[in-house]
Amino acid sequence: MASVKFQKATRTYPGGTTPAVDAIDLEIADGEFLVLVGPSGCGKSTTLRMLAGLEEVNGGKILIGDRDVTNIPPKDRDIAMVFQNYALYPHMTVAENMGFALKIAGVAKEERAARVLDAAKLLDLEPYLNRKPKALSGGQRQRVAMGRAIVRKPQVFLMDEPLSNLDAKLRVQTRTQIASLQRRLGVTTVYVTHDQVEAMTMGDRVAVLKDGVLQQVATPRELYETPKNVFVAGFIGSPAMNLLQLPIVDGGVQFGNTVVKIDKAVLAKTTAKLVTLGVRPENLSVSKKDGISVEVDVVEELGSDGYLYGSATVDGAHTELVSRVDGRDHPHKGETVFLKPEGGIMHLFDVVTGERLN
Amino acid sequence: MTQALDITAATVDPALLDLPWHLPLEQWPAENIAALPKGLSRHTVRFAHLSDHVIAIKETLPDLAVREYEMLKSLQKLDVPCVEPFAIIKNRKDSESNELPAVLITRHLKFSLPYRAMWSQGLRPETATRLVDALALLLVRLHIAGFFWGDVSLSNTLFRRDAGSFAAYLVDAETGQLYDSGLSNGQRENDLEIARVNIAGELMDLVASGRAMPGVDPNATSERIVKKYKELWVELTAAEVFSKDERWRITQRVERLNELGFDIEELMIKTEENGRSVKIQPKVVDAGHHARRLIRLTGLDVEENQARRLLNDLDAFKVRFDANGDEEVMAHRWLSEVFEPVVKAIPREYSGKLEPAEVFHQVLEHRWYLAENQQRGVPLTEAVNSYVENVLAHRRDEESLIGTMTEAITLPTAIPSGSIEVDEEEEGDWRDKV
Repeated sequence: MASVKFQKATRTYPGGTTPAVDAIDLEIADGEFLVLVGPSGCGKSTTLRMLAGLEEVNGGKILIGDRDVTNIPPKDRDIAMVFQNYALYPHMTVAENMGFALKIAGVAKEERAARVLDAAKLLDLEPYLNRKPKALSGGQRQRVAMGRAIVRKPQVFLMDEPLSNLDAKLRVQTRTQIASLQRRLGVTTVYVTHDQVEAMTMGDRVAVLKDGVLQQVATPRELYETPKNVFVAGFIGSPAMNLLQLPIVDGGVQFGNTVVKIDKAVLAKTTAKLVTLGVRPENLSVSKKDGISVEVDVVEELGSDGYLYGSATVDGAHTELVSRVDGRDHPHKGETVFLKPEGGIMHLFDVVTGERLN
Repeated sequence: MTQALDITAATVDPALLDLPWHLPLEQWPAENIAALPKGLSRHTVRFAHLSDHVIAIKETLPDLAVREYEMLKSLQKLDVPCVEPFAIIKNRKDSESNELPAVLITRHLKFSLPYRAMWSQGLRPETATRLVDALALLLVRLHIAGFFWGDVSLSNTLFRRDAGSFAAYLVDAETGQLYDSGLSNGQRENDLEIARVNIAGELMDLVASGRAMPGVDPNATSERIVKKYKELWVELTAAEVFSKDERWRITQRVERLNELGFDIEELMIKTEENGRSVKIQPKVVDAGHHARRLIRLTGLDVEENQARRLLNDLDAFKVRFDANGDEEVMAHRWLSEVFEPVVKAIPREYSGKLEPAEVFHQVLEHRWYLAENQQRGVPLTEAVNSYVENVLAHRRDEESLIGTMTEAITLPTAIPSGSIEVDEEEEGDWRDKV
């Protein structure tokens, strides 16, 4: 097992003017589950492929453990790309299916048997080693496929959107299985997804990318509670954070008909007259008369709670706001209500740079 | 039910609407199904009759269907051998308005065979070698076109007979990706590694199933794809530097590529060291050197090695009758006096057994065999009759022989309930087999 380090790693495609991955600095600890997430075209898959050796690195370095792998061919990097269309062979036993790649790699028989047994124990497949894959359930088959990667004892597992060809239900099941297996194995894992929910539920830490630039690397909780910039704030969380550009006034920020108190020192960090104020739906509550006046478009009832989606005019511009409300006792479509931040949990960003102020 | 179907297709065949789209593929009635593949793949794949041809239908997620359809279309435009995308159908619902998976429809390639259906008694070592050689050539062509396959295997390929060897076609483009700027060495190496492991696994499985003849070596055969691929890659792409007095080496390189079945569309030629040496490197190569010449001369559209074989015969014909005659006139004569009579001599009931060009190749082989055995010149008519009676009559139909698409179980799998037999546990200790 090993750590992974990206040191100013850059990838520019031939003929491209801007790098697809721009000087990424990222350290992944030994045994850590790191998720790379971001919208399409953000460079997450390219980053993973650079680590796998599938993309040339035009600048900087990549290290696995202490070894510089920047110019080493994929098969000599001691990594395993997992879950990509592994086939199971029907006439071979589970043990053979798990171990055949070791056989062609010239690993001695006793060693093969030992590694297959270790993997089978981890995967709860020991009783099935002598069976054929047809005799297994779907989940067991998936574990056999995982076993094929595990027996190779790679330093790092790489997974690129491994769940994208599954339907929604199977996706949720499988993601739990992968996360728990990774924790049992303790092998450093880098996982790519475009789905922030997947990222937040699976990763020890999550790296958010946009336009080839690393925006923030943090635990899911930190990302949620203290997003470093407007992009991360808007990308992480579902429904997304409400982000409003509001005027700075004496003592704070003008929020509809009230002033939200903000520490002077925070607002002193920007020279602009406006500030981007972010507030998550659960921190934006319905009030009788204070805050921004909103017309309710729809309330999504989810049982114990619900989400109120409304429209408002803020600083002359049409704006949509989301607030978490009680699942039964809530305003209805067409009503006008006031929304204001509750409990002082707010995120402030510079309108020009997008950087966090508080 | 059908009125809400969302169909995307290049050519519209109204018969498409008559297929039972409101049923899950697993439940289609026998009258619609061309064959019943028993293999379990990640998605359900079945073959159906549509008008006068056979289509392959794969159930998958809508986005994946669209992606693969577009990918196959792009590959076709790049002139890479692959199955022909036919249609995508989304928005399928059953009679109770439950959603059904989208489908990707491809046209079955006539006379193509999955590798497991390539033999009747068992895979022979030579056949395994030729299959792998064909796959290596396909992979080189895909890589030159900028396509990273991601799941190279014998199962994801269809093969057509090609005058003693095989021509390979890509079937499954689901994991693939086209790169405008070409592939990195790492991507090519990765595809090769995937190919090597998959081929070894597929052949080990065949050995385990008892369907490989003695002498099939999964390890050595899978290593062969790496070697074969690398040889081809170097020949097709490597730069060569030589002294300016050795300019004949340009012609030599072109001829070597022609011999491999490629034309050079663009060759970089640079002088170096103040004009003392010349560097050449093929920049754009185009497969189908012999096939193109044959189509130009005769209009026959056949595989590369078949074309080579037919052209050899045509050239011999020309030398025999009028060495200085106009090539096109002689080609026309050869077509009507040699090729067509052979094809017409095949009884109609045997026409589904092999493609005409492959029949012609086999007739020539057969004539050679007769002549060797009997130590005399054998007229073509006699050779054809003997071939039909002694060889062709005993072959199976291959026009639309559809075996198991793949017997490998690809993951993650949704298992069709009730269709899985639980095998007996293997005898003995699993350790003996690892």
